[in-house]
Amino acid sequence: MSNFFIETDTDTSQAEAIVTETLKNCDDGELYLENHKSESIVLDDNKIKSSTYNSDKGYGFRAVTGEVVAYSHSNDISKESLRKSSENLKDTLKSKKGTYNHEIPKTNSKYYENINPIESKTFDSKIDLLNSANNYLRSKGSIVNQVTANFLGEHKSIEIIRSDNQVLKDDRPLVRFNVSVVLEKDGKKETGVYGVGGRQSYDDYLKDGSWKDVCDEAFRIANVNLESKPAPAGEMKVVLGPGWPAILIHEAIGHGLEGDFNRKKTSAFHNLMGQRVASEGVTIVDDGTLHQRRGSLTIDDEGTPTENTVLIENGILKNYMQDRLNARLMGTKSTGSGRRESYKHVVLPRMRNTMMLSGKYSQDEMISSVDKGIFAVSFGGGQVDITSGKFVFNCTEAYEINNGKIGSPIKGATLIGDGPSILKEVSLVGNDMKLDPGIGTCGKAGQGVPVGVAQPSILINKMTVGGTKL
Amino acid sequence: MIRDQEFLRDIASYCIENSKKLGATDVGVKVIHSVSENVSFRNKKLDESNRADSFAVNLTTYIEKKKSSINSSDLSKSNLEKLIERCIDATKITPSDENNSLPDKDLMSKEIRDLNLYDETHYPNDKKIEFLKKVEETASTDEKIVNTEAGFTENKNNFILANSNGFLGGYKTSNFSSSCVAVSRINGAMERDYEFGSTRFLQDMMKPEEIGKIAADKAIKKLGPKKIKSEKIGVIFDKRISKGILSTLASAISASAIARGTSFLKDQINSEVFPNSINIIDDPKIEKGLGSQNFDSEGVETNSLKLVENGILKNYLIDTYYGKKLNLKSNGRSGGTTNLYFENGTLSFKNLLNSEKKFLYITETIGHGGNIITGDYSVGASGFMVEDGELTYPVSEITIAGNFKEMFKNITLANDLEMKYSTNAPTLLINQMTVAGK
Repeated sequence: MSNFFIETDTDTSQAEAIVTETLKNCDDGELYLENHKSESIVLDDNKIKSSTYNSDKGYGFRAVTGEVVAYSHSNDISKESLRKSSENLKDTLKSKKGTYNHEIPKTNSKYYENINPIESKTFDSKIDLLNSANNYLRSKGSIVNQVTANFLGEHKSIEIIRSDNQVLKDDRPLVRFNVSVVLEKDGKKETGVYGVGGRQSYDDYLKDGSWKDVCDEAFRIANVNLESKPAPAGEMKVVLGPGWPAILIHEAIGHGLEGDFNRKKTSAFHNLMGQRVASEGVTIVDDGTLHQRRGSLTIDDEGTPTENTVLIENGILKNYMQDRLNARLMGTKSTGSGRRESYKHVVLPRMRNTMMLSGKYSQDEMISSVDKGIFAVSFGGGQVDITSGKFVFNCTEAYEINNGKIGSPIKGATLIGDGPSILKEVSLVGNDMKLDPGIGTCGKAGQGVPVGVAQPSILINKMTVGGTKL
Repeated sequence: MIRDQEFLRDIASYCIENSKKLGATDVGVKVIHSVSENVSFRNKKLDESNRADSFAVNLTTYIEKKKSSINSSDLSKSNLEKLIERCIDATKITPSDENNSLPDKDLMSKEIRDLNLYDETHYPNDKKIEFLKKVEETASTDEKIVNTEAGFTENKNNFILANSNGFLGGYKTSNFSSSCVAVSRINGAMERDYEFGSTRFLQDMMKPEEIGKIAADKAIKKLGPKKIKSEKIGVIFDKRISKGILSTLASAISASAIARGTSFLKDQINSEVFPNSINIIDDPKIEKGLGSQNFDSEGVETNSLKLVENGILKNYLIDTYYGKKLNLKSNGRSGGTTNLYFENGTLSFKNLLNSEKKFLYITETIGHGGNIITGDYSVGASGFMVEDGELTYPVSEITIAGNFKEMFKNITLANDLEMKYSTNAPTLLINQMTVAGK
């Protein structure tokens, strides 16, 4: 546990007093303290290109009344700085009057251990492993043109001080190991990228040579792409593989079900609660409670314990994801989805691990039912326009399907669809749900937070594939 | 209040001296202070007020050819002392790389010119609120507008960059930005669009009424879009997105992509990459420029560069490390481009729209579908059909795709360049892209 007031001219009880005094006429708010250590070690082009250690500490002081959020943050934790922030908040909300809501659920659950992954593996052994990954990949032959491998590790301690001395704490480890390889054959170059991670130590993901599996997978993807043909253009059937392709769910549905966009009525889903938004058999949840997963949290960044929130049950829209502010304004409860990138950022309702649950069909049944379409196995990333509902994602590994059989790999193409209608086009849900490998970061309003996704294979009746071949 | 140069210089010197004491042979350090105030409105009511006061130290220590870095926001000497020790420890055990070094002394910036990048005017929050009220009032006059959001941010920055070869420089910069997002609705379906202004000086900011009106007009125009059939067609890129072509070029000609062999423009120096009518400039010394700088992120002097001259690729964007790999001197582009732009074309906007019977006019793209290694490009898009020079109906849920190598060679520029961002391009046409729709 971090003591945030060590070597400062103030202490917890003074901070508590300032919080209580500042928030006395507010509906909600808190002092959020954060101590964030992170490291990045990058091997590139046969060399350790950079090793960086970051140490960031600061606070974000928030006061909320009605719909108005006043926020002040600083990395100077001192009496003077807190006082200035307090003045600033009170000035913004001077004409408003609220009633503080003290209610915040308690939890005894913990979804990860308090370890510091940066310190739990020696610097030498990290360098060794990066070099081994480089050598291992380059030993696969002269077609290996470029290798990048990197470690990203962090430990974040947070403390939330609410009015009347309520204090909530969490310590969060997070790691990621990534490999990217560029292959060159007959003048053609292609990339393969793969990574693993979550809220454990590095070695939990890399032991027993499992780092080789990461390298092999990156190599396999690049190798497949070397043989790729131009992708088709136009509407067709699409089979999505299990796991990471669930970023479709994240983009198409997830963002549109975040509380803020629905409270503001700017989401294409805002008037669809209780209605059918997906085919029967489609159930989607957002779960913050999975052990050691990248998107899991014991408590969210407002102190609310996370939960497994059912968003869509058997095709019917059941819940939005809520932080405290949007929940209060919509007359409901926080789902433990209030998140922020750091103390420099305001809380927003965000996803955690967004998952479509298994159905009963096999992937083979899906593929054999398609005359002409594509089979998408892995994606780069996606984006959505919440208001119009249009979303995209980029294939990084995909194949054509002809007469029920998987054909040649195709070049990376963007797929575009419409959020509120896409899930009605899901005709078969697979029995093979898989979690992603733990590499996702979601961006919203300039804030990046770690998230997870999961899904089984699914068959979509109609989507637009953005290739070049007409 | 923003801290002065002397305060930042003290910390920079402390870092250099202490690193040297612990065994560093070379040291580079940057110390930054920034204060930012933001107010946002939604549907004519105050939504959020945000004040940020942030410090940062970025330190890189070298022991001969070994290198390691630390970043921290805590400027206390006790914290810095611990972090410097940690940095030196990591440097000692990091494998060496013969290309690691500070920039050559003779390339360093010698004098700091006042480029008019700092406006000390403070725009108090109640003024920002008045401004935003006007933005939203104008944005919401039409009843089809069902939601508006507007924001105003004021930013003040001061920094010092220093290294153990005696370089020390820094200056203040400021930035004012304002934006409006409008949501329009018809028959239950919604569209969103925006307008955005960013300036070094408050007095140069767009009028609030202008920001609100443009956002609302654009959002209304997008209502009732159609999905079109897949076809090959000429695609016109609106000025808001045409600058993306330059950002792609910048990534593809960065010395890192060239040295690593991961650019579709590798080995294309002195070759024709664009039509011969095209010139592309990167000029760091534009007064009040949003991308202007006296020196790059390593302290190397930056001067105007013609990246593309008469269609021919003339320069890469070179920093010290990758420059050494390529046997080239840094041209002051560590940290990327500065004020990057296409020189104006010859066709007026109207004539460009009339140059064929039918075009697709794109105002927005979504997704990250550009591949710098292969040059393949595929993104989601929305915009309008253009028939006989007129925008006839809005289009959405389509993709546009091609390959940058081909796309670059098929560019025609209009003559409507405006210096609104740090990267700027006029409206441009790319002949024959694949559009995927129905």
